[in-house]
Amino acid sequence: MHRFMRLSLPVVGVAALLALWHFYVVLFNVPTAVLPRPAAVLQSLVQNWRVIQAEGWITLCASLYGFLLAFALGIPIAVAISSSRILNLMFYPLLIATQSVPKVALAPLILIWLGTGLESKLAIAGLVAFFPIVVDTATGLRNTPADLIDLATSVRANAFQTFCKIRFPAALPFIISGSKVAITLAVIGAVIGEFIGSNEGLGNLMLVANSQINIPLAFAALFGLALIGILLYSAVVATEWALRPWFGEIAH
Amino acid sequence: MAPAQNHSDGDARVAEQAAFGRLIDVGKAFPPSTRHADKIVALADVSYSLRRGELVALLGPSGCGKTTLLRIVGGLTRASTGRVEIAGSEVVGPRADFAFVFQSPTLLPWRSVLGNVLFPMEIRGRNDRTARARALEQLQLVGLAGFAKSRPHQLSGGMKQRVALCRALIQSPALLLMDEPFGALDELTRMEMQDLLLEIRRVTAATVLFVTHSISEAVYLADEILVFSARPGRVIDRIRTGLPYPRTSELRYTGAFTALERRAGAGLGVLHSAKHGMPSHA
Repeated sequence: MHRFMRLSLPVVGVAALLALWHFYVVLFNVPTAVLPRPAAVLQSLVQNWRVIQAEGWITLCASLYGFLLAFALGIPIAVAISSSRILNLMFYPLLIATQSVPKVALAPLILIWLGTGLESKLAIAGLVAFFPIVVDTATGLRNTPADLIDLATSVRANAFQTFCKIRFPAALPFIISGSKVAITLAVIGAVIGEFIGSNEGLGNLMLVANSQINIPLAFAALFGLALIGILLYSAVVATEWALRPWFGEIAH
Repeated sequence: MAPAQNHSDGDARVAEQAAFGRLIDVGKAFPPSTRHADKIVALADVSYSLRRGELVALLGPSGCGKTTLLRIVGGLTRASTGRVEIAGSEVVGPRADFAFVFQSPTLLPWRSVLGNVLFPMEIRGRNDRTARARALEQLQLVGLAGFAKSRPHQLSGGMKQRVALCRALIQSPALLLMDEPFGALDELTRMEMQDLLLEIRRVTAATVLFVTHSISEAVYLADEILVFSARPGRVIDRIRTGLPYPRTSELRYTGAFTALERRAGAGLGVLHSAKHGMPSHA
């Protein structure tokens, strides 16, 4: 019974919200051009599934590649910053400060630099995903439990061994939690890129649907985006879950 | 306050044994900081001659610097004054013939039990078949034969500390440094671990420095107890227990045991009547 409730109640919640949406549109006679009924969105989703799938694939690739780019650049930079006291003093405060700067504001500039192709989407997605990965990884590497460092010192591990066998594995939970934030931001970055200058992707499809006042299609594209976000986030969570037996109690 | 020395005639035989290690005027002071305007003297002028194969307990209240002393002897912390010589050479850092058991098990959660035991050998580049066989042997010695492939989080506190013990033993240490290793365990597990340590000493004949704040633990395990005062830590009493081996829990209920506990307790100031009578409220 308990398990049944846990699985069924979220469904009931979503159904309630859809019902609210439906009755709001019907009761107040809201025009489709402002807010379509859920059924109209579903219909549009089914009718335009091939388009949404094709455009969604483009957005998915831009988000994922952007994330991977951020990961590939972010991890070595975090390692460098947390290993060198000088680099750390030079750049760590800057990194923390940039956390609160809206990186997407750079998107128009990036478009000028890199054009309207995949490169600019990738750069924007990578840029927004980069910071949480660097900051969390650096934080993890700087916060190795003191007793583990004592252990490494007592068995006379050199700096490289300490890094590979203690500090980096101990930072993995931080890297995962940074990745969770980064993957969500990467999708946002990719869509922003598509909004600003592109002729493909779900972001572009939304703009086109808006300009044609095809609001059901705009909503359908939005659901496509939500799906991509959930899919990518789940992939990170699955990685975390796969690593769980590795970490036991250290997992954050 | 003169240290109450206790070299009875019966110890002359032991004194003839070659000194394995010497602590010469070891002291530690921490520089002034934002929290403390004056420098903090954690440990003052500890001198001691450590005999080969003995278990010496460092007994004292929290913050008396006994852990600091252990870390200095083990080369993890530098002394501010004085020096330490073990097996003929001055300690300037961690050594291959030392092994630590820390207060917490400090197991690497991403490694199996066997992987944790083998960790020091891996660092030495000697993680071979022989090391593996010895690791399994040691796990058997501490009663963890079936747990080589388990993960640390699957083990109880006592089992984890047994793994940590194996990880120290695989280094074949001449000097085993133990920092309140059983402090976090429940009473029964703790007594089991104490017997296990006595058994391990019998098999390996390692010299052991053992930090504890438990009077009965110090008496049960040690050949000699160094009783420390509160900060700055000084040795205020040296007690040779002289209790016979093999030691079993029966010993805990003998008069000799209780007398030693009483003397150590008096040194720590837990018995008001011992020196000053009942505490006055004047």
